[in-house]
Amino acid sequence: MSIKIGVIDYGAGNLQSVRNALRALGRESVLVADAASMEDGVDALIFPGVGAFGDTMSTLRERGLVEPLRAWIRAERPFLGICIGYQVLFEGSEESPGVEGLGVFSGQVVRLRAPGLKIPHMGWNEARLRHPADPLWDGLGAAPHVYFVHSYHPQPVDDALIAATTDYGTSFASAIRWESGAAVQFHPEKSQELGLRLLANFLHLAEAQSAGAGVSAPV
Amino acid sequence: MLTKRIIPCLDVTFRDGCSRVVKGTQFVDLRDAGDPVECAMAYNRQGADELVFLDITASSDARQSMVEVVARTAEKCFMPLTVGGGLRTVADMRAMLMAGADKVSLNTAAIRDPELVNAGREAFGAQCIVVAIDAKRNPDGRSWSVYTRGGRDREELDAVAWAEEVARRGAGEILLTSMDADGTKDGYDLGLTRAVSRAVGIPVIASGGAGTLAHLAAVLGPEGQADAVLAASIFHFGQHTIAEAKSYLAACGLPVRSVV
Repeated sequence: MSIKIGVIDYGAGNLQSVRNALRALGRESVLVADAASMEDGVDALIFPGVGAFGDTMSTLRERGLVEPLRAWIRAERPFLGICIGYQVLFEGSEESPGVEGLGVFSGQVVRLRAPGLKIPHMGWNEARLRHPADPLWDGLGAAPHVYFVHSYHPQPVDDALIAATTDYGTSFASAIRWESGAAVQFHPEKSQELGLRLLANFLHLAEAQSAGAGVSAPV
Repeated sequence: MLTKRIIPCLDVTFRDGCSRVVKGTQFVDLRDAGDPVECAMAYNRQGADELVFLDITASSDARQSMVEVVARTAEKCFMPLTVGGGLRTVADMRAMLMAGADKVSLNTAAIRDPELVNAGREAFGAQCIVVAIDAKRNPDGRSWSVYTRGGRDREELDAVAWAEEVARRGAGEILLTSMDADGTKDGYDLGLTRAVSRAVGIPVIASGGAGTLAHLAAVLGPEGQADAVLAASIFHFGQHTIAEAKSYLAACGLPVRSVV
């Protein structure tokens, strides 16, 4: 079962990395830069990349993607957010005061509070998975080392959303998970074999959902 | 816990439209040990934590060739990639990032025009901007000056003060090379690395002088306080694998990423 994968093009950051990773998994992807292309048969959305919260939100607004993205996630369609694509799901960010996020989930994005530690948090750190048996994390072990590069992180109000935590001065939510989606602060597309495995798992789940099998079905 | 990174560096030259790794590498499993993309893939397989490409010709002509090397590498290696050498403008940086680099490294251009660091941060974010500093110990033995042109030209810049300035301007990381230690295989300049790492709140990659695994441990430990190490010859010529280096560092009590 082949699905159409859309990669959100928010006008900055390096979209090529995630598209290269998908290609290494044998999948092509289309860029989604407006609402029309999102609705053009796309089955699964990936929102990747790095960038500033405010710039990213203003591009999403200019491109008319804010409401379609909210609707997509609320409709439980397959979604994977990476780094800034994780942060914009929340209500706002200390990085860009006064800028409204997508607000799909309650909570703010805050600057890392890591006294005595270097900012950005840059390099390989553990994501301690709360539910390693979740098929999205299949093959990753309980605490995979994944690549981080960020200075801010979301603080989800709903603790049940949190799927992984990482220690850097403080313990922060490095991944969240909902019925048919997930979002991660780290970069699967830069996390070598384990990162590709995570992307492959996401695509399998999206395919299963697209085939009507339901996203929670064991793979 | 955040792990200490091991970053192989590939020095690349461009001649007659052909990219070559300087001196090549001596991996037995490569068809062409001088091809930067083949070398990058070998390090990817070994579990290097990141990779740096340095265009040592640093010429405008070479830039397009480097873009192609980066693009081909990014198709095959899913690890962070930094590119430096001869980048002078925001447009140069953009070309590398769009080709698939995750970070760009500025050296002489940042000294000539420090605003370039701010401009890079504005355009791409601090996490993309590495400032490379080549430093030599002054005769007083307690301070270091910044050098350009491969250690030939002394700039009127204190290395620690310059590191602080570029961090303020928006660099996300410092790649710090000791020109005294570089090529000696006698170990990193621990005093230099420690002084810079203490002075700035951004990660510091130590470079120059790695000859043994103990040298890596020393600069990553309390004596050097580096966040990552750059090394070339100890890996290129098969003296050690990345996995051996990680086992050694782990045995020294340093946090490293296990290679899967």
